[in-house]
Amino acid sequence: MNGVHDMGGMHGFGPVEPEANEPVFHAPWEGRVLAIRRALGAWRKWNIDAGRHSIETLPPADYLRMSYYEKWLASAIKLALGAGLITERELETGQRDPSAPVATPPLTAAMVMPAILKGSPTHRDTAAKPRFAAGQAVRARDINPTSHTRLPRYVRGRRGTVERDHGAHVFPDSNARFEGENPQYLYTVRFSARELWGESANPGDSVHLDLWEGYLDVA
Amino acid sequence: MATDPDHDHGHDNHLSEMVLRVKALETLLVAKGLVDPAALDAMIDAYENKIGPRNGARVVVKAWTDPAYKARLMEDATTAIAELGYSGAQGEHMVVVENTPAVHNLVVCTLCSCYPWPVLGLPPVWYKSSAYRSRAVIDPRGVLQDFGLTLPDDVAVRVWDSTAEIRYLVLPERPPGTEGLSVEALEALVTRDTMIGTARVAAP
Repeated sequence: MNGVHDMGGMHGFGPVEPEANEPVFHAPWEGRVLAIRRALGAWRKWNIDAGRHSIETLPPADYLRMSYYEKWLASAIKLALGAGLITERELETGQRDPSAPVATPPLTAAMVMPAILKGSPTHRDTAAKPRFAAGQAVRARDINPTSHTRLPRYVRGRRGTVERDHGAHVFPDSNARFEGENPQYLYTVRFSARELWGESANPGDSVHLDLWEGYLDVA
Repeated sequence: MATDPDHDHGHDNHLSEMVLRVKALETLLVAKGLVDPAALDAMIDAYENKIGPRNGARVVVKAWTDPAYKARLMEDATTAIAELGYSGAQGEHMVVVENTPAVHNLVVCTLCSCYPWPVLGLPPVWYKSSAYRSRAVIDPRGVLQDFGLTLPDDVAVRVWDSTAEIRYLVLPERPPGTEGLSVEALEALVTRDTMIGTARVAAP
């Protein structure tokens, strides 16, 4: 979707402001939100792409106003409601629906570090052959899906060069809609800064993106 | 700065509202058996105390001091980083990009805030900010100047926009005059920002 989250190349947000000696969390609630959202993820009712889309579909003004962990909280609630883990009434009252069974959490303290170290790899084996090879000229397709995509607006229609083939990876556009992983070859594509931003860009500079095969055409 | 959502933590009413909302949600989720509060504690402990940029610094210094390791790291970063015990969530597929006198690398995620958690921990607020996400691709040299780093025009800037599940770690240049330093002293020079690409490693 052409959302406000797709920020590459926008102007007007001001300078970057590094913070000296920044803590991991600025308040304990931020850590609770991170942990709650990931612990709910252990129910496997959604996937990382649907999770990202739940943040992208926040109202644009809210997206820009909210801090990162506020967005994560809003996302956790949306996802839990959408998956039926909690109900609107439970959220309003803060009380468990007494008619609903009490579940057993799938993630225990002892499982946390092993789960972190294992992660959720997105590489998938495929019998398909890659359409593109390193060194090949490609053009990012000019597509405007209204649902989740990882093809940023700023490269659509632009010409680049394949640098690297990462093998097949879960395709986020379908996975976010719970329509299957549909693994596709993933490539690192180099775009010159001048191709993206015009003649004022430094001629030696470049931007590199990881793009799925379905995002690309032969140039 | 009330207008900046990334720096609104001093807003007391808002802060206490967030505390209450999160507490209410956690209480409900625990009552329903959906989350185990001890697992939440363990998750927070992992990212506050176990997983952070010291991990990445060990990778960098091993690459500086062990040519065979560096070769493995550049060939297959995921496996080479796992040799040191770092792997998993938000670092399942790692690529290391090397700074040289002619090339400077900078990592961003314009679409959200993807970041190599196993080696750098959780991202700082500025990495997640609209300012960084919007400008890093169109004006990387200006962003670097916000960090006090001015690059000559003949150094090529390569920006890595983390649009998939590949996560990037910058291998910064080893500064001159560090030949006699211990591994621990070298690791102390390698800051988080040098591995994102917004800083160079300073000589001691």
